[in-house]
Amino acid sequence: MIKNKKNTILGFCALAALFLVLFVLEKLLPTGSMLFVVLKKGAIYALVAASMNLLNGFTGLFSLGQAGFMLIGAYCYAIFTIPVQHRDAVYQYFDGGLIQFTVPVVVALIMAGLAAAIFAALIGLPVLRLKSDYLAIATLGFAEIIRAIFQWDALGPLTNASNVLRRYPLFSSTLFPFIVAGICIAIIVLLINSSYGRAFKAIRDDEVAAEAMGINLFKHKQMAFVISSFFAGVGGALLAMYQTTIQANAFKSAMTYEILLIVVIGGIGSISGSCIASFLFIACSEWWLRFLDAETYIGAFKVPLLRSGFRKVVFSIVIMAVVLFYSKGLMGDKEISFQGISGFIKDPFGLVSRRKKKTEGVHIDG
Amino acid sequence: MDFINQNLPYILAGISVGGQYALIAIGYTMVYGILRLINFAHGDLFMAAGLIMIYLTASLPLYIAIPLDLIIIAVLGFLIERVAYKPLRNAPRMSIMISAIGVSYLLQNVALYVTGGLAKTYPTIPWISNSVTIFGATTKVVTLVTPVLTLILVVALVLLINNTKIGMAMRAVSRDFETSQLMGIKINTVISVTFIIGSLLAAVGSMLYFTNYTAVTPISGSMPGLKCFVAAVFGGIGSIPGAVIGAFLIGICENIIKGLGWTTFSDAFTFALLIVILIAKPTGLFGEKSTDKV
Repeated sequence: MIKNKKNTILGFCALAALFLVLFVLEKLLPTGSMLFVVLKKGAIYALVAASMNLLNGFTGLFSLGQAGFMLIGAYCYAIFTIPVQHRDAVYQYFDGGLIQFTVPVVVALIMAGLAAAIFAALIGLPVLRLKSDYLAIATLGFAEIIRAIFQWDALGPLTNASNVLRRYPLFSSTLFPFIVAGICIAIIVLLINSSYGRAFKAIRDDEVAAEAMGINLFKHKQMAFVISSFFAGVGGALLAMYQTTIQANAFKSAMTYEILLIVVIGGIGSISGSCIASFLFIACSEWWLRFLDAETYIGAFKVPLLRSGFRKVVFSIVIMAVVLFYSKGLMGDKEISFQGISGFIKDPFGLVSRRKKKTEGVHIDG
Repeated sequence: MDFINQNLPYILAGISVGGQYALIAIGYTMVYGILRLINFAHGDLFMAAGLIMIYLTASLPLYIAIPLDLIIIAVLGFLIERVAYKPLRNAPRMSIMISAIGVSYLLQNVALYVTGGLAKTYPTIPWISNSVTIFGATTKVVTLVTPVLTLILVVALVLLINNTKIGMAMRAVSRDFETSQLMGIKINTVISVTFIIGSLLAAVGSMLYFTNYTAVTPISGSMPGLKCFVAAVFGGIGSIPGAVIGAFLIGICENIIKGLGWTTFSDAFTFALLIVILIAKPTGLFGEKSTDKV
């Protein structure tokens, strides 16, 4: 019990330190720095990946509808926050649109989540009866349907049809996505550690056994689905703020695949893994591997293969390697803990204990 | 009759697209029947067939390029199975599906790199690109060739599956993976042959499809791929005639919807159909009922 309390306090200290570092970095570095791009987008993807992990990793429901829920969240946020005086310009083909009021940003974020959650509750009724890959393809299908509906002309006064939505309030500081994503991820972690979370894991490990233990399968699956979609919706709203404009056509199934790959790299069933992986993923794809896209000369020698698009090829080969040879991902199903970190510092990669075992083995032989 | 007269171009286009979808859908249904895997990379293989054809015809005459394209795609399909799916044969089903998504991501990115992100124009294959007029509707010869060719290929495939040794092995493996292994069937060979056949049909499909829609982009395979999977599910996954019927139905409905001016919803319709069929009759039209053992 005391140990638990100590860990909680340590955790809060670590978080406070993180925010302090971010705050200081923002004051020191120029705002255009790539670091902030990575941090902002990384935080948003971490939230979405954690929400997908709740469903795929902890409840064992292989859903591919994440992009659709993000789309609902993004649109809901944008529709309710575009200032009234800008609406004529944004909805230029639809006489200023239908809605002529705005709500505060935080309320809009929650509404974005709720809209996604309500929709998830509706489609959950039929879809969650399906098994593994049928569920995947049905949720993927729903995401595509949502994308089509949001581009429908008849809904233009609300969604601006296939034109972009813009001029809604954005965030200026990197701290904002961190705080929102942090709160949401904390709620997900709390949920996973609660009795509901244990029920989710039981369903993942064995549906029949879970049902026999008195877990209401449908209720818990529905709950995981709705909660996951809520956070995907919030993540979508954050993504809208980050991108400054949104358009339904961008939320393709490729986006879901990217998030799924982040979850896999981080480890299916590890929230901290998802967070680390999303920062790594964004950093690699937006920043660290950029040099692969530039044509480079060493003296008169032109480095072969390097040109626009090569970064993504290398990147996808790395991902394939992770999927094939390292299928547990970075963290497997473990979470980061202070014991784990201190253990890692004392004994990185288990080298010491392995050596110990070896010498012990020699002793036994002798 | 008025309806048919007005919509004849769309119906013809639908039949043609349906035939092309059928050729892709067979690949999905065969692989799913044996490995229980949605081969997400199949649509991208179809796109790759189109791109490789473009690059081949740039330097080779057509009568060499076409067979070479087929061979390259068959080898590619074989390699994808060996490299990305075979090592995961005993892994949980989710990880093999993730691997398929990874392969799809890789193929798209390689295509993006090779093309530089620009849409490439598919070469004109003589004769099937010519225009003809039927009942007052102008269309390309390929529209008429596709259903015929599709039917010939499907009949040949069904004969292969019903009458040859390898076909029998395929049926056995799709019925029971482990028992067939015990009966001395080399499942790796069977699975490879399945992938090769599926890839070949997708390559033929790509030649017909891109003769109609000549722009090939890195993502031009993903939507047809998903639709063909829906067609396979609709017909009952694992059943070849089912996949063909599903594909024709989807192709025709999609084009009629376009004809009615609902282009935005032509893709969504496919998925709506999928969801309806999954809820109403999850095994599809001709699918076998599977029972879960506890």
